[in-house]
Amino acid sequence: MEKQLKKGAEASLYQTEWFGKEAIRKVRVLKTFRQSALDIKLRESRTRREALFLREAKRVGVTTPLVYFVDVNKTEIIMQFIPGRRLKEIIDAYKENISLKWCREAGRYIARLHSGKIIHGDLTTSNFIISHNRLILIDFGLSFYSQRLEDKAIDIHLLNMMVQSAHYIYAEKIMHAVQMGYQEIVGESDSLSLLERMKVVELRGRYKRVE
Amino acid sequence: MKSLETFTGEPEGSKLGITCLGIESTAHTFGVSIISIGGSTKPEILSDVRRVYQPEKGKGIHPREASRHHAKIAASTVAEALKKAKASMEDIHIVSFSQGPGLGPCLRVGAVVARSISAYYHLPLIPVNHAVAHIELAAMLTGASDPLVLLVSGGHTVITSFTSGRWRIFGETLDITVGQLIDQFGRAAGFSSPFGRTFEKYAKKSQNFIDLPYTIKGNDVSFSGLLTASKRLFRDDKKLEDVCFSIQETGFAMLAESVERALVFVEKDELLLVGGVAANSRLQNMLQGVCKIHKSKFFSIPKVFSGDCGAQISWNGLQTFKAGVSVDISDSSVKSSWRLDEVDVKWRSN
Repeated sequence: MEKQLKKGAEASLYQTEWFGKEAIRKVRVLKTFRQSALDIKLRESRTRREALFLREAKRVGVTTPLVYFVDVNKTEIIMQFIPGRRLKEIIDAYKENISLKWCREAGRYIARLHSGKIIHGDLTTSNFIISHNRLILIDFGLSFYSQRLEDKAIDIHLLNMMVQSAHYIYAEKIMHAVQMGYQEIVGESDSLSLLERMKVVELRGRYKRVE
Repeated sequence: MKSLETFTGEPEGSKLGITCLGIESTAHTFGVSIISIGGSTKPEILSDVRRVYQPEKGKGIHPREASRHHAKIAASTVAEALKKAKASMEDIHIVSFSQGPGLGPCLRVGAVVARSISAYYHLPLIPVNHAVAHIELAAMLTGASDPLVLLVSGGHTVITSFTSGRWRIFGETLDITVGQLIDQFGRAAGFSSPFGRTFEKYAKKSQNFIDLPYTIKGNDVSFSGLLTASKRLFRDDKKLEDVCFSIQETGFAMLAESVERALVFVEKDELLLVGGVAANSRLQNMLQGVCKIHKSKFFSIPKVFSGDCGAQISWNGLQTFKAGVSVDISDSSVKSSWRLDEVDVKWRSN
């Protein structure tokens, strides 16, 4: 019997079996409140993207769940079940060494994606899972290929915004750890030019003080 | 700083409650509202008078012209608010004003009026953040207690939720606001701003959906591509109602998605829709759809109070004052850039 694990924003997760293995069925469900043409387009393109980038991420050394099966017509993906805790929870139960260790690893992951011309597009502390002492990145529905500095900067800017709001107490430490991890992979100069661009993106925000 | 304790008992009648005269003056609207709170009774909006600067057709707000408009009608608007409330200046205990964010010249008119009243009548002067005030008035009127909020107007497109002393941001626009999207498209099509009401009327006439750029980045949205593409459709002689309909369907679906993402992230079970664009029934309808999926309660600011008004400033002025905050005239400069997540919220707890 399938059990619903989670009702996410755009997809529902069910625990299922795939040829004897524990698996997750991720279904992007119909949203009747939007135009059906738009709804189908979004659900299909995100299912495709997610399947593609779950695999592409592995190519650049980022651990993601294995994809078992993709059905674009049903807008569903069957993938490996990952037991573990979200980075969000690890940070909420804050133990400095442990939390920052994983944030640093998250920084390395983002850097590997960016070096491989991949933008995740939806980086939050909910989308990193710690499982068997390994970091796993999920939710690639908004991912795309790009090597523009702007896209990389926005990718991290979005994470920064969520960290500032959701984990405001440790926000500076968390983002510092992410940056250190990032820098380890891409080197200091690339990491600094990214930081510069992030500031530009940030100042574009509404009512940001121009200093 | 004056606290409530040091203040009660000052002008006559104040033992029974506090009455605030609030002045809104961030953009096109100059508004004055008088709200009274009793010891235990719920707040009463005694008056809410608005005068709106109307830019020329096809043009946006000219800050200097808007501020001249405000300066010209300020005194009579205050007088009318008092008259409608059947009050005189002796009944007023505190004065609040929109200190920001907004257009500098407009903000300064409201601030000057508020300071003058405060100085002449020796009343505490209360600074209010316009965005926070939108939210707090809506929460008071709808009864939403701890909601995720979507604030959509000409100046804002932001998703926020209260945690540990601040309204924190869980999604926003990366470029223009949804109000700007609608107004700027309207101006390109030859209409005057604000265009929202006419926009919705046209959208209702069509069912012909044209594909437009849909841009979501994480929990954030971006409307600039949608605006450019919509203007192009109009130039290419597509029917106005079809373009309005398609902008509405696309832009609001983007908002609904980022709200849904934020709702799941912050794990709250109330959603509150606030701001001028909240008056749009299609947007309300889509968000109701989101709430239904996640078994959340949906609240929307009553239409009459969705746009900029004195009532929001007056109500949040009362809350701010009761929390012990006021400001000296010398520290009351306007803040045209003042994000809502910079305000220390002392009247809420969690």
